[in-house]
Amino acid sequence: MKIRNNIAISDSGFVFDSNNGESFTLNKIGLEILQMLKNSRTEEEITQKIVKKYDVDIETFEQNYFDFVGMLRHFNLFENESF
Amino acid sequence: MKKLKYERPIINKIQSGMPDKFGMSTRVQTISDVEGIPVVNIIKNYGSPTFVLSEQTIRDTYQEAREAFTTRYPKVQFAWSYKTNYLNAVCKIFHSEGSWAEVVSGFEYDKAIDNGVKGAHIIFNGPDKSDEYLAKSIENDSFIHIDHFDEFYSLIRIAAKSSKKAKVAIRVNMDTGIYPQWDRFGFNYENGDAWNVLNKIMLSKDLELVGLHTHIGTYILTPNAYGVAASKLAELAVRVYRKFNYVISYIDMGGGFASKNTLKGAYLPGKDTCPTFDDYAESITNALINSEIQPENLPTLILETGRALIDDAGYLVGTVLANKRLVSSRRATIIDIGVNLLFTSFWYEHEVYPVKEVSEQTEDTTIYGPLCMNIDVIREVIKFPLLQKGDPVIIPRVGAYNMTQWMQFITLRPNIILIDTSKNIHVIREEETNEVFSRQEKLPEHLS
Repeated sequence: MKIRNNIAISDSGFVFDSNNGESFTLNKIGLEILQMLKNSRTEEEITQKIVKKYDVDIETFEQNYFDFVGMLRHFNLFENESF
Repeated sequence: MKKLKYERPIINKIQSGMPDKFGMSTRVQTISDVEGIPVVNIIKNYGSPTFVLSEQTIRDTYQEAREAFTTRYPKVQFAWSYKTNYLNAVCKIFHSEGSWAEVVSGFEYDKAIDNGVKGAHIIFNGPDKSDEYLAKSIENDSFIHIDHFDEFYSLIRIAAKSSKKAKVAIRVNMDTGIYPQWDRFGFNYENGDAWNVLNKIMLSKDLELVGLHTHIGTYILTPNAYGVAASKLAELAVRVYRKFNYVISYIDMGGGFASKNTLKGAYLPGKDTCPTFDDYAESITNALINSEIQPENLPTLILETGRALIDDAGYLVGTVLANKRLVSSRRATIIDIGVNLLFTSFWYEHEVYPVKEVSEQTEDTTIYGPLCMNIDVIREVIKFPLLQKGDPVIIPRVGAYNMTQWMQFITLRPNIILIDTSKNIHVIREEETNEVFSRQEKLPEHLS
C-alpha cells in the first residue's frame, strides 16, 4: 500500500494529483497519516504514533483509519494494488 | 504528557465550478442546550431520543402572532389547531393564552372538552363528523364548519330534532393564485357552490349562519394569497348582507402559515424565506378593512394557525449509533431518530446539529434513522461534522405534526418533556412500553 509518487502533499494539508489535476484537502490528522503512508510506514506504526499522541483508543482509531484509507483508495491515490 | 484532542482523519475532494453565490457559512454550529438545560443532561435523565418542548417559546411565538393581528384589526381570535400537536399540556398552554380549539374529529372534540374548552369555543372542521358529534356540537353551541353537501343535509336532519339551532359556517375553497389549489375541502367559490349552500343555510330554520371559513393550503410562502382569500370571503359576506340583511359574525382564515423549516427542493433556507406574522397579518387585515363590509359589521377574524406557532418550540435530541461509508464514498451517519418519530422529514430538510463542538471539519453525509427500512432517511445530504458513535445530536423545529403523525413502527415512542417558563422539566407524555401495545391485542383461544 504505497502512495503514488506523483501525489504532491503540502504542509498545510493540500493534496494535488498531477495525473488528472484533482486536488483534495486533509485535516491535521489526515495529513499526518498521509505523510506517514508516503514514507512507507506500516499500519501498526501509524496506529502506535497516533494513539500515543492523540486522545483516542486503538479500536476507534482503527475504525477511522480503515475508513480513511478507503477514501484514499476511492480517490485513487495508491499505487496499483492487487487484491 | 497530555494527549492532543482527536478528530478522525478525513480527505475531501475540492469541487471546482460549484461556487456558493450566497456565501453561506460552512462553520459547524452546535446547540448545546434547550432553554438553558444541557442536552446531555436531558439524554441522561430522559433517554435517547427524547422530544423537548419549550413553554416559553410557545408563549412568545403566540404573543408575537397575536400582536401582529391585534395591532391591525379590532377583533381577533386564535383557535389552536389540535391536529398540529394535541398533547394536553400544549393545548392548555394555548388555551391559557386565550386560544379556542379547532378540531377535526370526534377524538379531538372530546380532547378539547376534557381540556376545559367551552363547547361554544370549539370550531369543528373536517370532512368526517359523525351524526353523534354533530348532535353533540349543536347541544354545546360549537361552531360547525360544513365541508360538503352530504354533511349539510345530515345537519338539517339532526338539527331538526334539537331544540337548538346549529351554529354553522361553510368552508370555502377558491383560486388564490397559488399552486396547488386545494379543492377537496369545502365548497368552491368560483363555480357558485359556496353561494348556493349559503342560500340554503339562510333559508333553513334550523341552521344559523355564523361564519365563513377557508384554509387555502399548507406552508404558504405568499402572504398575498391570504389577501385574495380574505377578499373573496368578504365578498360573500357582503352578498349575504345585501340579499338577507344579515351580518356574518366571523371570517376564519384557517391556517397554513409557513414555519422556518426548509422544504425539500427549496433553494434557500426556510429561515430566510419564511414570511413573518406581520406579513400575513398585513395582507389579511388590509383585505378585510378595504372590503365593502360596513365598519360596524366587521366580522371577528379567526385564525387557526398551527405549524407556525409550535414548530420552533419543539426539539428532538438523540444519539449517533454508527458511521459507515457508502459505496459512492459518501459518509453515512445513523442516528436513533427515524422517520417514525420525525414524520416531517418526508417533506423538510431538517437541520441536524451536534451538541458539542467536536471538529471544524465536515463531510457530505447522509443521515439515516435507526429503522431497518430503506425509507428511513433524515437527510439525503448534509455537511456534517465528524461525529462518533455515542455523540449526541439535536434537531430543532420539530414541534408541529411530529407528535401527532408519528408512527409506532418497529420501536416504541419516547418521552416528551416540557421545559416550563421557570426552567422546570415535566414529562408530559411517558415513553411507551411493550405493555401499552400488548394491552390492545387479543389472542384467539387456539393460539394462546
